[in-house]
Amino acid sequence: MRDSATVSKGGAGEGMKKPLFTGPDWDYHDVLRVYEAIEEIALGELRLDIYPNQIEVISSEQMLDAYSAMGMPLFYKHWSFGKHFARDEMLYRKGYQGLAYEIVINSKPCISYIMEENTMTMQTLVMAHAAFGHNHFFKNNRLFREWTDADGILDYLEFAKGYIAECEERYGLTAVERVLDAAHALMTHGVHRYPRRHAKSLREERDRELERLKYEEQTYNDLWRTIPADDEGADTALLNRAGERKRRLGLPEENLLYFLEKRAPNLQHWQREILRIVRNVAQYFYPQKQTKVMNEGCATAVHYHIMRRLHEQGRLTDGSFLEFLHSHTNVVFQPDFDDPRFSGLNPYALGFAILQDLQRMALDPTEEDRRWFPEIAGGGDWTEVWQEAWRAYRDESFILQFLSPKVMRDFRFFRIHDEADAPELIVDAIHDDAGYREIRRSLAARYDLARIEPDIQVVDVDLAGDRKLILEHRVVDGVTLEERNAVAVLRHLAYLWGYGVKLYEVDPATDRVIHEYPEVGCTDPL
Amino acid sequence: MVNIIDRRRNPQGKSLANRQRFMRRAKRQVLDAVNEASGKRRVTDMEGGEQITIPVDGLREPSFHKARGQGVREHVIPGNKEYVVGDRIPRPEEEGAGRGLGGSASGEGEDEFTFAVSRDEFLDLFFEGLELPDLVKRQIKKTYSYTQQRAGYSVSGAPSNLNIERTMRNSLSRRLALRRPKPEELRILDEEIDRLERSGADPERLRALIEERAAKRQRSRAIPYIDPVDIRYNRFTQVPNPSSQAVMFCLMDVSGSMTEEMKDLAKRFFMLLHLFLERRYRHVEVVFIRHTHIAQEVDEETFFYSRETGGTLVSPALQLMRGVIDARYAPEDWNIYGAQASDGDNTPADNPAVIHAMERTILPLCQYFAYIEVGAAQTGHMASDLWRLYERMAVGDSPLAMRRVRSRGDIFPVFRDLFTPAELRR
Repeated sequence: MRDSATVSKGGAGEGMKKPLFTGPDWDYHDVLRVYEAIEEIALGELRLDIYPNQIEVISSEQMLDAYSAMGMPLFYKHWSFGKHFARDEMLYRKGYQGLAYEIVINSKPCISYIMEENTMTMQTLVMAHAAFGHNHFFKNNRLFREWTDADGILDYLEFAKGYIAECEERYGLTAVERVLDAAHALMTHGVHRYPRRHAKSLREERDRELERLKYEEQTYNDLWRTIPADDEGADTALLNRAGERKRRLGLPEENLLYFLEKRAPNLQHWQREILRIVRNVAQYFYPQKQTKVMNEGCATAVHYHIMRRLHEQGRLTDGSFLEFLHSHTNVVFQPDFDDPRFSGLNPYALGFAILQDLQRMALDPTEEDRRWFPEIAGGGDWTEVWQEAWRAYRDESFILQFLSPKVMRDFRFFRIHDEADAPELIVDAIHDDAGYREIRRSLAARYDLARIEPDIQVVDVDLAGDRKLILEHRVVDGVTLEERNAVAVLRHLAYLWGYGVKLYEVDPATDRVIHEYPEVGCTDPL
Repeated sequence: MVNIIDRRRNPQGKSLANRQRFMRRAKRQVLDAVNEASGKRRVTDMEGGEQITIPVDGLREPSFHKARGQGVREHVIPGNKEYVVGDRIPRPEEEGAGRGLGGSASGEGEDEFTFAVSRDEFLDLFFEGLELPDLVKRQIKKTYSYTQQRAGYSVSGAPSNLNIERTMRNSLSRRLALRRPKPEELRILDEEIDRLERSGADPERLRALIEERAAKRQRSRAIPYIDPVDIRYNRFTQVPNPSSQAVMFCLMDVSGSMTEEMKDLAKRFFMLLHLFLERRYRHVEVVFIRHTHIAQEVDEETFFYSRETGGTLVSPALQLMRGVIDARYAPEDWNIYGAQASDGDNTPADNPAVIHAMERTILPLCQYFAYIEVGAAQTGHMASDLWRLYERMAVGDSPLAMRRVRSRGDIFPVFRDLFTPAELRR
């Protein structure tokens, strides 16, 4: 773990205060007292801007419960959550997997769950991490501000839960389960990736229609009728019709759930509403998927700063601080690729390292930093740099912007070029002057959801014929879909659409079809 | 600014409904797994749950994602020690290091799913589809008790069943429909009149108002606040609550000819049976009779756990069973079931008495009589005394059924076999 960056303010100068607590046990008053001490540092020194906090103490049992339903305090019922619960419970009871120390919810008030088993030191860490770090990120990051409604989410989930329970009562468990299964299968493709044009209100729609009529009346000229029809007209009309059809259906559309909700011919109203619920939930979580590194980095950097400051002020005993360092080191541990514990990059480690490095650069820049980050190096006000990063970036752009050569060296990053047909992997960039930019670019791309997730769009519907739905997967780097899963998802899709579905995998450069899935009918068994 | 809430007292098991949905979904796989697991476990373990592994088919949550091992990829990985640009690394095996290098696609490659089922769930699944045989036969005779169940509303009933909400709702709508003046309106009128009378300003209006007030008062008197037509009562109906009474006799030979191992098998069978009964039927009584050369009715504890030695006579046990039936379980009120476990030994002199007791009294009284012969596999072909005896009786639609249990592994299948309803038997 890094132990370098010096903290600008405070230090030994200020008077040592009494420790906030000494033993591992805690009670309500301890939590409150510690919360206030943390708040002082978080708002005063780090200038965090947070939603009001609600801290809920729960048991491990309840933590497991919360796990299973995407970490939300209330959620609709579905067997898949039961499955996750069964697995998590097994792993936990057998000791294969510990429980998270906390869960935090992007809502207003911001709810953090802390476990009763935690020691007071851990509660302190967890509050600094979740109630301040994550909370600030939720409130300030652009993606969250734009895409999630922290005020409304709990009410919406309450509504969703009630609505789905009512549907189960009315239409039967199986019918609802069928729709939810299908919707969940399409969940990764149920988000709008780009902000949409603001939807028109009914009044606007009507005004527009009236305006168009008026225009037609004004420009009406009977002479046009006397012009003989073009022979080729039929063909163009057909083409035009295809264009018109696509326009009317809003095609191409990459939000499959949205498309089905609005356009599937045979769905009942309640089925559409369920699709909408799943879609809204997916959209709510979409920013979290795009900001894992930053979000955890933010929370980790915040708790690290706060815990260190508390210790410096004498409000944390040496023993507590050691206990904290122990957990903290575990959290930001990044095993090497050849370590048996390696399972990919640890977002906590990467996010934390980049932020710590930004702090270092602002306070104590090297020649290299001045070359790479002239606007940050030596700036002094590292909190502003952090704030700006948290506000305006997502993982991909954050790494592209802020990953410094030093961090790449510390991680000893190298890049491997992997061609499926080649017998060997080629190392084509390492942490040296020639490789920094390459590695940074590749690493950033790995966090670009639009690249990681297959780009699948509805491109056309054969409205005149058999109403077949046509999908296209625009293949990137020659990587096609995993077939078994794809077929299963297509069946779900066909069930919702109500007619056949066909998927083509297309090379976007040449529009050549690489792979074609046989048509899936809506009554095919799963 | 901060709000700290202790949620530990909140109801537990929020995900129970999810779990039930999951179990329902995975039923077939879980059932297979439970059957397999139950072969390996001991009956005394019934207290605990079970960890089972099921194939993940039908429990997959598919999603579109990219296939592995295709196209061109770039991986950035940490921990470079010796590589320089241009190094070639042999492609690692699929598992192990490849997992990291491959940037694993989520959740792919899991083919088995391991989780723990609770004791209740385990038993539920294990006993799924098992019935006490021929329970229907005497169901006509079973006694009924009734429970009250809500059945809407009625216009007549006892005052204690008055549904105030409904009544007031009707009253309100009637009053609105008939335009019964509100007390408020009358009060305002009164005040207005009072004011005019005092000031004497507008006699015309005063007169009009007084008339209006008289009319309203008249109307208010004519239209009652609550009318008998408004009144609603909660209606209840009596729903028969079927209660099937059954008594199960557990007979066990604990004599010297029964080895410890046999006793153990028999005990296991009865434990299972007992568990089954306690679980499946609320109105089942169980009588435990153990016998050596004498028979005793004992309590459950003694039946399973105390040890006794002696000679072997079967008929006293049957006679005692008969005696208990006569004393406590009138055949016209009770469905009677018998289950006997023995090593098959009997003193030859006792055989006629056994035949007599069985044919004359026990079998005619019983819906079903299961005979379990326990014993190590050594006497495979030699049928025992009791087995030969019973074999002669177990013909046609005799309620007697017999099975051999040789080892612990047999107990569950035999048990299932005995208690599977005929229509479900393969």
